[in-house]
Amino acid sequence: MAVFSHRNPLLLLAGSTALALSRLTAAEPVNFSREVLPVLSDRCFYCHGPDEKHRKADLRLDDESAAKAVGKNGAAIVPGSPEKSLIVQRMLSKDPDELMPPPEAHKDLTPAQIATLQRWIAEGAPWGKHWAFTPLVRPAVKEPGNPVDALVGATLKRDGLDFSPSADPSTLLRRASLTLTGLPPATEEMAVWLADTSPAAWEKQVDRLLASRAYGERMAWDWMEASRYADSNGYQGDSERTMWPWRDWVVKAFNRNMPWNDFTIWQLAGDLLPNATDEQKLATAFLRNHPINGEGGRIPEENRVDYVFDMTETTGTVWLGLTLNCCRCHDHKFDPLTNRDYYSLTAFFNQTPLTGQSRDGQLPPVLRIPPADEAQRLAELEKSLTEKRQSLETERKAAEARRPAWEQKLLTDAGTTKPDGQPGPDASSAEILRIAPEQRTDKQRKTLTTAWEATEPALATLSKEVGELEKRQKGMGKDGPKVMIMQDRSDVRKTFMLYHGLYNKPGEEVPTALPGFLATLPAEAPRNRLGLAQWIVSKENPLTARVTVNRFWQMLFGTGLVKSSEDFGVQSEFPVHPALLDWLAAEFRESGWNVKQLLRTILTSRTWKQSSRVTPALLERDPFNKLLARGPRFRMPSSMIRDQALAASGLLKPMDGGGPVNPYQPDGIWEETTFGNKKYSRSKGDDLHRRSLYTFWRRIVGPTMFFDTGSRLVCSVKPLRTNTPLHALATTNDITFVEAARALALATADKKEAGARVNAMFERVLGRSATAEQVAVLLSGMERHRQRFAASPDRAVKFLGEGTVVPAEPERTPELAAWTMTALTILNMDETLNLE
Amino acid sequence: MKFLQHELAYRLATQRQLSRREALFKMGAGIGAIGLASMFGSNAVAAEQVSPLAPKLPHFAPKAKRLIQLFMPGGPSQVDTFDYKPMLAKHKGERPGIVDRKTLRNTKMGLMPSPFGFKQYGQCGKWVSDIFPEVAKCVDDITFVHSMHTDIPEHAGGILMTNLGALQPNRPSLGSWLTYGLGAETKNLPGFIAMSPRALPRGKFANWGNAFLPGAYAGAYVNIHEMKPEAVIKDLKNAGLSSAQQREQLDLLAKINQMQLARLEQDQNLEAGIQAMEMAFRMQASVPEVFDVSKESEETRKLYGDSEFAKGCLIARRLVEEGVRVVQLSHSIDGYDIAWDTGHGDIVGGHATLAKACDQGIAALLMDLKGRGLLDETLVVWGGEFGRAPTSEGDKGRDHDHYGYTVWMAGGGVKRGFSYGSTDEFGCSAVENRVHVHDMNATILHLMGLNHEKLTYRYSGRDYRLTDVHGHVVHDIIA
Repeated sequence: MAVFSHRNPLLLLAGSTALALSRLTAAEPVNFSREVLPVLSDRCFYCHGPDEKHRKADLRLDDESAAKAVGKNGAAIVPGSPEKSLIVQRMLSKDPDELMPPPEAHKDLTPAQIATLQRWIAEGAPWGKHWAFTPLVRPAVKEPGNPVDALVGATLKRDGLDFSPSADPSTLLRRASLTLTGLPPATEEMAVWLADTSPAAWEKQVDRLLASRAYGERMAWDWMEASRYADSNGYQGDSERTMWPWRDWVVKAFNRNMPWNDFTIWQLAGDLLPNATDEQKLATAFLRNHPINGEGGRIPEENRVDYVFDMTETTGTVWLGLTLNCCRCHDHKFDPLTNRDYYSLTAFFNQTPLTGQSRDGQLPPVLRIPPADEAQRLAELEKSLTEKRQSLETERKAAEARRPAWEQKLLTDAGTTKPDGQPGPDASSAEILRIAPEQRTDKQRKTLTTAWEATEPALATLSKEVGELEKRQKGMGKDGPKVMIMQDRSDVRKTFMLYHGLYNKPGEEVPTALPGFLATLPAEAPRNRLGLAQWIVSKENPLTARVTVNRFWQMLFGTGLVKSSEDFGVQSEFPVHPALLDWLAAEFRESGWNVKQLLRTILTSRTWKQSSRVTPALLERDPFNKLLARGPRFRMPSSMIRDQALAASGLLKPMDGGGPVNPYQPDGIWEETTFGNKKYSRSKGDDLHRRSLYTFWRRIVGPTMFFDTGSRLVCSVKPLRTNTPLHALATTNDITFVEAARALALATADKKEAGARVNAMFERVLGRSATAEQVAVLLSGMERHRQRFAASPDRAVKFLGEGTVVPAEPERTPELAAWTMTALTILNMDETLNLE
Repeated sequence: MKFLQHELAYRLATQRQLSRREALFKMGAGIGAIGLASMFGSNAVAAEQVSPLAPKLPHFAPKAKRLIQLFMPGGPSQVDTFDYKPMLAKHKGERPGIVDRKTLRNTKMGLMPSPFGFKQYGQCGKWVSDIFPEVAKCVDDITFVHSMHTDIPEHAGGILMTNLGALQPNRPSLGSWLTYGLGAETKNLPGFIAMSPRALPRGKFANWGNAFLPGAYAGAYVNIHEMKPEAVIKDLKNAGLSSAQQREQLDLLAKINQMQLARLEQDQNLEAGIQAMEMAFRMQASVPEVFDVSKESEETRKLYGDSEFAKGCLIARRLVEEGVRVVQLSHSIDGYDIAWDTGHGDIVGGHATLAKACDQGIAALLMDLKGRGLLDETLVVWGGEFGRAPTSEGDKGRDHDHYGYTVWMAGGGVKRGFSYGSTDEFGCSAVENRVHVHDMNATILHLMGLNHEKLTYRYSGRDYRLTDVHGHVVHDIIA
């Protein structure tokens, strides 16, 4: 495991964090992927890399044979001989015209970097591939116990560090509960855990959380960010869409632990599976979550091409960790991805029947999701229709027996006239009767029957009833949201390279193909999205397992093992724990892509269970906790902070999916942004207190209670953490939090002793009691607040009157107001806002 | 800021463990993250986490520390304001080849002399139109750039180009790039504030949006006609609480978090959270205060005059004084989001009225900034998204002209009493020392101490810049 040591001092200088975590062990050979490639990539590839059009002096250093090829002046790299290698000569040149990289490029090499390159060449310049593009092989772990700990432990030991002690039990359950379900543990759950002395007590808790319904909702949040999910189209007009049945499907898929390979295939190509079910088609809504541009004057084909780009790039980021969009216009400057690769990849997504026209948020192809009771209602309707038809038939038979007599009478009466001399009422019917039955027209028969039925009221009633039921039957099957899904045209649309991504500048036609440097589709694989999806989850793809486990690690620790979770290319930072990443990735894939098992493995590790307390020395040495000598501590996403406040105060109302809701939001925000075209109408009742996942997402102005989410315009897989003061204003002043604080105060009102009440609040929010000191501080604060409110009771009435779950006016006492302020303090404590 | 000092003293007195917290508070009074960086060792990133708006070191020594954009949406006519073209009168009604260019409405009419008189002003002898008599008195402090040009002659795109350096609305604005690059020097106010007296300029919020930059860098918008400072920031006030009570609440929170800090020993995230809370509180007090111009002296208020735009100018000065990094004040009129476009039909009526509405306020702002010694470090930029053609449209109007127009700059490191570049003899197209919007934006960043090629943000797989792949700093206008 030689790869772990940071022998090269350049890493100390290069990393913005200046990790003081390395020791020099000169005996080890230079590692190409970690020490050489990043330097070549960052300093040389821009002009001597994969981009052919931008290449200078016809020299490329990203390709071994080209770099070692002997030209008229020698070879850029002469294995074993740094002094003969032209790149070294140029890097050391004193002549500014000769010096490489050229001074004006501002890509200067440090002496340490040059020394590394020299040593590497002296060692024979062994070539390699960027680590993330090499086949995934599970590293051997000999030590017993959790392999995560074995791998992290080995790194720590090499750096002279050790694990921190385990976090205390209540912190641990809160951490796990928020991480896996996005909600704090209920006090009863905490009590059960604290009392459980069985050896597998922790595993039991992890399993309980993984089995909870809230788990799927929490996991879905990150997937919504990745999939740029929104409830409107974006752009001017920003009309609504109904993609939420897909969101509900994602929740369920996580909850039933759908294997990640199926999760992938269904979303990318469910419609192309043999005998695809509605559920498999629904999954493909993932790709249709892109914004829709319905602005006047836009050219439909330009829109359509944008949608294809979006699908391609989202797939590239989520499953491959590649920044494909650079290649819209040119070959990638750093990764071996070509302009042509990009367009070949778009061919997979270029086959839908979409034209780019329309701003409809239910733009076909769509899948209608029938209301849950539709089948039942239809069955009931059919049943009563059958019954009615039977009654009608019975009645008709009885009436038919009376018909000859009626006809006879009609003929008899036909000659008579009414007193006023006009023909009798049934004159026309009588005329029809005079025609021989086989010669009557259909219309005549109908006229006759209608006339006869009019004399049979029971028959007429039944006939009308049957007609109405039939009409209702015809009208059914249209209700329910329509979700935009994928579907391919029957003929293959040709795909062309587009100059600078311009829809009207097509170049060469390209085949449907994978990026050449990664793989070629097997001969028997279908040349469509299904072929692509199957390759993505195949063993031949080195990226998807790594990229996916890295995102889960990021969710658990705040930062991925590869920090740039959206970019695994040559420009990404070399991971501090590469073997751990590969072990987890291999384990994930070989376990049948079992997400819950992967999370369980990490959550039961000593590594994850460490306390997040940090000593000054360790903070100085490893401020971002890259070495993992302590547990995770980071600010919770603002959506989770909201959910936590609702849950702890007892306001949270569970929701079994369904259409989005509009919780509290300061007035006027939609109106301001849309020039009054969109009015925000706040939900009523329980819908004000649903989990953040269910909040209506207007793409051009996202929900304002969240401060750190992706824009939902494009795929976003890396959390934005912010502690903008605006968020602090929301958590201290917004109705959501003031109402939650009041509910928390009311929920603990049964504790008559003040200290006990503070503790009860603490337990609900933080899963632990307050310290004596905290109780003292909070109570003295509470008393000051009480006195102030007592001095102006109107303020208390007003303060406690905000929101919808409001106590009656006589109950809005200074006492309750002061306790609400105490609760609000607890909801805003740093410990509350952070996951630690 | 006596109030802040009291507050700090009070806080310090209530704390038991002072070591790092004490230092933080001392820093928090103004030095901010640059000072904090030293506390975190080489860990500048951690310092930045304290607040996204904490001041950051520029790339090189800046000439200007603050920017006031006086934005004139709609396209003010260069030949009727600051680009004097006597040849128009001589060739009235003619349509020489050099002005026979495609315009938005493809008007085919002949040259129209300016209906306004021009006089020479200042030591530099600058010719200025009679509709800007007050600004004219300040010409010795101004650099006029007469050779501006931009990409399209259409308002929405042109406005976005000016403010975002792009024709699409989904790019960060100049102001948000600046606050991203430099932070703000205020701990009490947003770093970037946009204002307009009436209608929002076309493109609305996109003009000061952050797009994919972190949300803290978005411009906060104030409609100075309605003047609801509390609407600048959402959730600024808690309905039932007095200011004193809010402060008490914050102290309580600080105390509780303080215990946590002791428990955890050290954690920059925690300190960041505490800072954010404190800034939130300070905003509650400062935002309404800074927008209240009634505290200005009689003399100052008289200097600015009573127009709405002038009030905006005065607030702009108050904001930069408080350390707000970027203020954009857009000229606008009721119900029309491109005020200066009223020139289409009527230059005499439209332009004269608009100039009258802003002339005194602009001049007052320049004089006031100068009088307070703020002009040296405050860059003031006046201009629209393009200009207007020297030929006529109808009897009295002019069509859009993106081939050449004028923007002027004052203070903040630019030359004084200087004119740069020129249009052709009729004022139609920029011909000498042409300056594209990208060049202007690159120059503004340069004056603020930022290299426009290095101020990048990685989003969706690529490094974005305000100037995309364009832009050359116009060194010749820098003093």
